[in-house]
Amino acid sequence: MTARTMDPGVGGDVTLLHTSQLDNLINLARASSLYYLTFGLACCGIELMQTGGPRADVMRFGAIPRASPRQADFMIVAGTLTYKMAERARLLYHQMPDPKYVISMGSCSNCGGLFQLGYSVCKGVDKVIPVDVYVPGCPPRPEALTEGLLRLQEIVRSEPWSTKRRPQPERPEIA
Amino acid sequence: MTTRSTHEIHERLLAKFGDAVGPLSEPKIDPFAVVKRERIVEICEFLKTEPGLEFDFLEDLTAIDWPKRNVIEVVYHLLSYTHRHTLVLKVELDRASPSIPTVEGVWKTANWFEREVYDLFGVTFTGHPDLRRIMLPDDWIGHPLLKDYQEAGGWHGISNERENPLVELKRLDDAKRAEAAAAAPQPDPTAKA
Repeated sequence: MTARTMDPGVGGDVTLLHTSQLDNLINLARASSLYYLTFGLACCGIELMQTGGPRADVMRFGAIPRASPRQADFMIVAGTLTYKMAERARLLYHQMPDPKYVISMGSCSNCGGLFQLGYSVCKGVDKVIPVDVYVPGCPPRPEALTEGLLRLQEIVRSEPWSTKRRPQPERPEIA
Repeated sequence: MTTRSTHEIHERLLAKFGDAVGPLSEPKIDPFAVVKRERIVEICEFLKTEPGLEFDFLEDLTAIDWPKRNVIEVVYHLLSYTHRHTLVLKVELDRASPSIPTVEGVWKTANWFEREVYDLFGVTFTGHPDLRRIMLPDDWIGHPLLKDYQEAGGWHGISNERENPLVELKRLDDAKRAEAAAAAPQPDPTAKA
């Protein structure tokens, strides 16, 4: 039995127990091939594209952009989320296969940001779906998002892959 | 191509429509004339087709809410690509039940502009072929750009409140300060300076 402590930056002193070496192997594979659903909503979307571009190049960490939620492991919510879009975000989240993760990129999707006093702006994507990593910035530089991805890999590596990580939010009626 | 001054255009409007067209505002970047609600389509048709004027482009159509005057103004920004001149028209509507004939038949682009004004100000454009909300969700309550708009408090169960992180930080900070003050040696009140 091996105990692994998460990076203090992510979950503090949370200790997770691994019951087998197989977990390590599977997690290595999962963490090194995290496909992301692009969900660029505003100016953060531009930085998101840059992060996939040749300079920051998150593909060297195994992160590949997918245009379909069915093929994605996590979604990057990049930009100002309106109420109208929040429902779509929730739908897309539920369309991703388990296990799934969410990176909230930028102030707007973290908490509403600059536009949080607007009548139509959702005050953070965590009001509708659970978020694993918050990347601060307005917008965050590609380096920051890359760091966010590395933190997510940290999370993926340190959990028993087969267990349910958290209570799933209620599924909406999908027509 | 003959670029005409706003005065000239206004003169022609006055000559054609008489008292349906108000006086031109004082000189500013975009001088405007207030026109009668009932004749807006006629006036727009005239401005578009009259040789020498030919306003072939509706630049913008928007509205202003004046709760004290009890008026909603609908504003038409016209431009002529042919003649390179511009004109601004305003129409004043009753704030309680704002309604105005559509100019969608004159300029197609008015279709979405009018939907936007309907969405955000609640102005009804009579004769509009497809008057639905354009940006907000269909079941949104109220028209947000009205000055007396009250937020409904979220939408579809999504809360619109967010705790201020500074409040918690301040609480921690205050606790730390109080602790430090308690730990510091108390100055002797009997000691003389």
